[in-house]
Amino acid sequence: MSGSEVVIVGGGVTGLSAGWWLARSGVKVTVLDKFIVGWEASGRNGGGASHYSSPLFDEEQRLWPQMDELLGYPTEHQKGRILIAMTERQWDQYRFIAERHTRLNHPVEVLDVKQVQDAVPLAGDNCFGGVHYKFGGHANPQRTVQAYAWALQDLGGKIIQHSPVTGFETAGGKVTAVKTANATYGCDAVVVAAGPQIPQLMAQLGVDVPLAAARAEMIITEPAPMMPLGGVDGHKIYGRQTLRGNLAYGGGPHEWLDVDATGPAARPSTPLARNLAKRLAELLPKAAHLNVIRSWAGVIENSPDGRPIIDRLTSPDNVVVASMSSVGFGLSPASGHAIRDLVIDGACSFTNIDLLKLSRFDGLEKDWREKRGWMPIA
Amino acid sequence: MDLNFTGTDVCAINGTRSAPEAKYDLVVIGAGPSGIAAAIEGAANGASVLLVDENPVSGALMGNDTPLYFGGRMTAATQNSDRMLEAIFMSMPDLEKAMEAGVELLLGTTAWGVYRNGPGVQSLPEQVVGLADAERSWIVGFDRIVLATGARDLAIAFPGWNQPGVMGAAALQMLLSRYGAFSGRRIVVLGSHDLALETALLAKEHGLDVAALVEVRDDPQGDAALLAKVTAAGIATYYGQSIAASKGGLDGIESITLTDGTNIACDTVCVAIGLIPSIELVDAMHGPRALNAARGGYIPAGEANVAAVGLCAGLPDTGFDHVAYRMDWVRAALRVNAPDTIICQCEEVTLADLIGIQPPNYLPRPAAIQARSLDTLLDDGPANPDQIKRLTRSGMGVCQGRRCRDQVAMMLAIESDKPFGTIPLASHRAPVRPLPLKILAEWDEPAAMDAAWDVWFGIPTQWVPVEDIGTEYQDAHREMLYTGMYK
Ligand SMILES: Cc1cc2nc3c(=O)[nH]c(=O)nc-3n(C[C@H](O)[C@H](O)[C@H](O)COP(=O)(O)OP(=O)(O)OC[C@H]3O[C@@H](n4cnc5c(N)ncnc54)[C@H](O)[C@@H]3O)c2cc1C
Repeated sequence: MSGSEVVIVGGGVTGLSAGWWLARSGVKVTVLDKFIVGWEASGRNGGGASHYSSPLFDEEQRLWPQMDELLGYPTEHQKGRILIAMTERQWDQYRFIAERHTRLNHPVEVLDVKQVQDAVPLAGDNCFGGVHYKFGGHANPQRTVQAYAWALQDLGGKIIQHSPVTGFETAGGKVTAVKTANATYGCDAVVVAAGPQIPQLMAQLGVDVPLAAARAEMIITEPAPMMPLGGVDGHKIYGRQTLRGNLAYGGGPHEWLDVDATGPAARPSTPLARNLAKRLAELLPKAAHLNVIRSWAGVIENSPDGRPIIDRLTSPDNVVVASMSSVGFGLSPASGHAIRDLVIDGACSFTNIDLLKLSRFDGLEKDWREKRGWMPIA
Repeated sequence: MDLNFTGTDVCAINGTRSAPEAKYDLVVIGAGPSGIAAAIEGAANGASVLLVDENPVSGALMGNDTPLYFGGRMTAATQNSDRMLEAIFMSMPDLEKAMEAGVELLLGTTAWGVYRNGPGVQSLPEQVVGLADAERSWIVGFDRIVLATGARDLAIAFPGWNQPGVMGAAALQMLLSRYGAFSGRRIVVLGSHDLALETALLAKEHGLDVAALVEVRDDPQGDAALLAKVTAAGIATYYGQSIAASKGGLDGIESITLTDGTNIACDTVCVAIGLIPSIELVDAMHGPRALNAARGGYIPAGEANVAAVGLCAGLPDTGFDHVAYRMDWVRAALRVNAPDTIICQCEEVTLADLIGIQPPNYLPRPAAIQARSLDTLLDDGPANPDQIKRLTRSGMGVCQGRRCRDQVAMMLAIESDKPFGTIPLASHRAPVRPLPLKILAEWDEPAAMDAAWDVWFGIPTQWVPVEDIGTEYQDAHREMLYTGMYK
């Protein structure tokens, strides 16, 4: 497919990584985004990269330590994570997770309180212990987005911002062009990686993609002294210490939304910041004096089983759809690779991704959102 | 795995939030003259009124130039909050009147966020304002809110501006008039519009030595009568000049050198070029705002239930184009500042790194990134300060961009050859004041919140390892990690 034209709808990490992988294979790539790259979930997330539940996990783990070099730009990737238990119940749960990882040959170590504090000096005596994942890690979402974007451009790919895709032209069972308000982009293949807007776009191609959008929030503190291990989770929150020292944390209840074709109208944060602050002050009591300096929210979509949809359609047969179902930042090096394979070879070369096929939702109840309670507040 | 859906997502936010601790017909934020007047008027009309003001702020906040640009020129008196509180009452006799009128007054209380349902959020029980004092944070409901948050200092970099003794006019005025707690002796005032002239005269009145008034334009900008007073006071004025260099020691600034080579000894440089209406709360709540050059920049555009009064609503319109004036200062700054001049003090972002869109010093700078710059970024679309913040970290520090946000926006406009108003405003985010985790925390959160709390969406199938699907481990996983989920 070298020399052919692929248009990617959506400049989040999924679309950009796919574009970068395709450009590496000599494909001419154009990424269209409605606003600026990474403006939605891809630039607003926790940066976690430890998705052991995914078929893309091994590839995620293989790639992250190389990404700075492969992309040519820093992503701030750091290896390893720790889960700190703050209640007896969490301690049971986290040791259960540790046993599971051991069984699956993912290297973990159960730490006592003293060992937790050695790795995470901001932790207190109030914890029960921790589980150190010697895999996975975290990176800076915003820097990673830009790294993909720049690396893609360095390979000759194009990024066209401020250009919402409004529709497609089809002929002979293929999409032949992607349309924006001002231009039409002819193409040999299309990747739809538009996050929460995937259903509206795919509906134009007569394809039903069941996804529900929701809003999730995070807070960030002023910098703390650098800890030996910055990927600190636990107490039902997730987050990271940035390389600058800030503590960025999220977790807790989400709010289901309706998002129309133009995307989220706003991404407001709420007083949930207080509940995040409470848990972070408990998880890292020696950080309790640190100032919270910002909060924000992002909108992500979920599939009915919470797993990504990465699939090449049968009709039109030159379209790959990619929703990461709210867990797509960390997986992006691998999701891009899988999408590249689907576009070029029609199948993923490095792992079996049948689990992520759209057809698993064939026959899904019409009221799947209502059944799950995934409905916006009336 | 069979999931028996109940029609309820137990991990959704629905119905889990706490109700506000109190509710008022009217909440007024900011107890300056216009805030007090609004509160008294509300009370006179029979409304229940809460009037809050963040002052006196803690010494630690003042040290971070919050809310004003204090430049480290506070005396030890500002560490004594009782004395400061007394000083506020002394300097604002109308506060007593407000209390007599039935207004509930909370000083030392910050409003850090205003929240209401709208696009993207429908889960709030009602519209609320987040408050915090030195002990805790809490939420109160309101029917109407009046923002009387005043105006804050505009800072503009010059070589050596990032040292103690460089401060803003509003901060100086507060330290002199309200607290009597200014530690400088000999000041240089930048600017010659009314703010600068008034500041110079105030300093004189307080017995300070005003070494010079420096104006970047070739002639004085302010009101003729004020200027006459400044001249009569014998204050030296320099036109067509800005600061080209400065010297300092442990205690901060010691002298400045103007572009024409004149040396002036001073222990304080007061940047009195302009004030910025304090619209943080409006912007953080996604309220409408508009650029109005005659009223000092971005101001609230006004809407039902959210009013702005006083300087927060805009500086008095005298026909003076504040934006054009500030842009002249920034153009001069871009001429004199060396590439290594720090623009964002918190994150130590230099002018060269800002314009070069380079990452902070703790990151590597491979060749590819060194080849990137504002120019290459502009090839992809108009400059967006939030994107540039993310890449350079300018404005991302503990002062929340108070010292650099406005000048960075102007620098980006100049460097990208665009009128100021075409560059979007870098977004404000709650909490609009830095708040310690332990203060912001809702320690007594409702049980419903804790019950709904999951680390992510609480979708049991989302995190089952692929290898475990369809095995006994899958159910163990669900049992152990998701009891209560989808019943
Ligand atoms: C608060 C929060 C925390 C998170 N934490 C983590 C974490 O720790 N680890 C992790 O792995 N994941 C995390 N996630 C999830 C992760 O951010 C997302 O799954 C991921 O960013 C999805 O990337 P994407 O590129 O698929 O979609 P998006 O980032 O949503 O990008 C889609 C892009 O498509 C564009 N677009 C949409 N419609 C159109 C159109 N019609 N025309 C042109 N462009 C269009 C949008 O502008 C957008 O840029 C988190 C998410 C949030 C909100």
